[in-house]
Amino acid sequence: MNMRLPRWLIAVSAAVYFFLHLPVLVLVIFSFNDSKFSVDWQGFTLQWYQRLLERPDILRGLKASLIVGAAATVISAVFGTLLALALARQRFCGRRALEGFLYVPIVTPEIVTGISLLLLFALLKFPLGLTSITIAHVAFCISFVVIVVLARIQGMDENLEEAAMILGADEITTFWKVTVPQLWPGILSGALLAFTMSFDDFVITSFVSGPGSSTLPIVVYGMVRKNVEPSINAISTIILLTTAILIYLADRLARAK
Amino acid sequence: MGAIRERALAWLYTRPEARAWALLAPGGFWLLLFFLLPLLIMFVYSLMPRGIYGGVEPGFTLEHYARFFDPLYLQVLQRTFIWSIGCTIICLVLGYPVAYVIARGRRWRTFLLFLVVLPFWTSFLVRTFAMIFLMRDTGLLNNWMLKLGLIQEPMTILYTPFAVMAGLVYGFLPFMILPIYASLEKVDLSLLEAAEVLGARPTARFRRVTLPLSMPGVVAGSLLVFIPALGSFLTSDLLGGAKQVMIGNLVQNQFSSARNWPFGSAASFIVMALVLAAVMFYLRVKDRGPGGATPI
Repeated sequence: MNMRLPRWLIAVSAAVYFFLHLPVLVLVIFSFNDSKFSVDWQGFTLQWYQRLLERPDILRGLKASLIVGAAATVISAVFGTLLALALARQRFCGRRALEGFLYVPIVTPEIVTGISLLLLFALLKFPLGLTSITIAHVAFCISFVVIVVLARIQGMDENLEEAAMILGADEITTFWKVTVPQLWPGILSGALLAFTMSFDDFVITSFVSGPGSSTLPIVVYGMVRKNVEPSINAISTIILLTTAILIYLADRLARAK
Repeated sequence: MGAIRERALAWLYTRPEARAWALLAPGGFWLLLFFLLPLLIMFVYSLMPRGIYGGVEPGFTLEHYARFFDPLYLQVLQRTFIWSIGCTIICLVLGYPVAYVIARGRRWRTFLLFLVVLPFWTSFLVRTFAMIFLMRDTGLLNNWMLKLGLIQEPMTILYTPFAVMAGLVYGFLPFMILPIYASLEKVDLSLLEAAEVLGARPTARFRRVTLPLSMPGVVAGSLLVFIPALGSFLTSDLLGGAKQVMIGNLVQNQFSSARNWPFGSAASFIVMALVLAAVMFYLRVKDRGPGGATPI
């Protein structure tokens, strides 16, 4: 059968790919442009990257993002893995409901999650800062970890655990020596996803961050609002590169044998 | 340490449900406390009178929901709805051909798929900024059009409905392409061969075989675009300016400058309800799914 694709179809697809990738490509290229205002190419420079190092707000934002990201990642990776194990291995009432409920944080618009958490913190008089941001990030990262780890468990051989038990290992030893090593790529991949989500999040963070606890996206948003300048291109490029590397690693791990 | 370990083991043996609880408790409580409870608080707040300094006062009222019948807010709701549907339609029109090319073209499939997945993991804020960089008055788009002589002076693109729509489509298009690709990829090619042998022209083969079989992907993709579009905030905030307010911006505004928390909660609850309604609709359609999923 003739399976050649019509020309117009390929043309439309090419245009769509162009539309999907041109903006970011241009953004990255112009982070190296030697001109503050012009959108004409004026020559290569790294000055916009050097500028970043002179801005204390960006460095502080980066630090805040890394702290929150690390904390949120560890907590959601541990709790998410436990939840995934419960869902995969245990029989309890409400298992089905819980499995469905895990998707609710994923489909809920960020703005809704953000303001509802703001209301909670306000009601509890909980101070807004790095802790409240971390709590919020864990709340939306857990689901992603559970889904990734669940996929890993489903491909796992339960016989190995049984064998360990028969050979005399108790439950705790079996868990650490047999279950966790097998799950490890899944857990790591879930953790990297969680870190990426946390590192990227703007909307939810903007509601639960207080004065002096701005993460990198909050700082960048402030810059975008104020003025469009080449250092935003530079910091954007760095963010893009960071997430790209993390996602690449997460993907490699998820496929690991 | 040893004693604790013994006690833990004994506990696990004597109470089988304890194990399930030990695994469930930390994550479960976190979600209960920091996801479900806040939503509940939000709903309760939306039914209470407005406090003077931001919060709420004791009492019960439906006035915040009633306010949505005010033409001003009705317009915001309407705009959000129309733009979300418009965005979904445009994504469908642009995304279907791409999904088709990836599924049917034998070459570069992995690479083409990778290019669709890539934006998923690109910071949304950065992508929105990229659109500003292109579309602002002194941006690249104006610069190119001036050079080509298409326009004599810079055109206002940013802060128009066009900019918001372009931003929404740019943001959510990959959500449309992937599910359609997934269902197109599953289409049994021998069905198409059979149709050809039976004399169906290419257009008829597409209309009568491929299209119906790809419907599950079309429905899933449309929902995956429609849902985030409904709740979008950043796109209209950065590309739309003050005039192109969507419901997400209305919510945000009530919590920042307007300081009307219960009204903001009501607006937010409406967004949440619309999203859940869309998900329910999808689950029902999926279960009865035409073609592919359920054999006749």
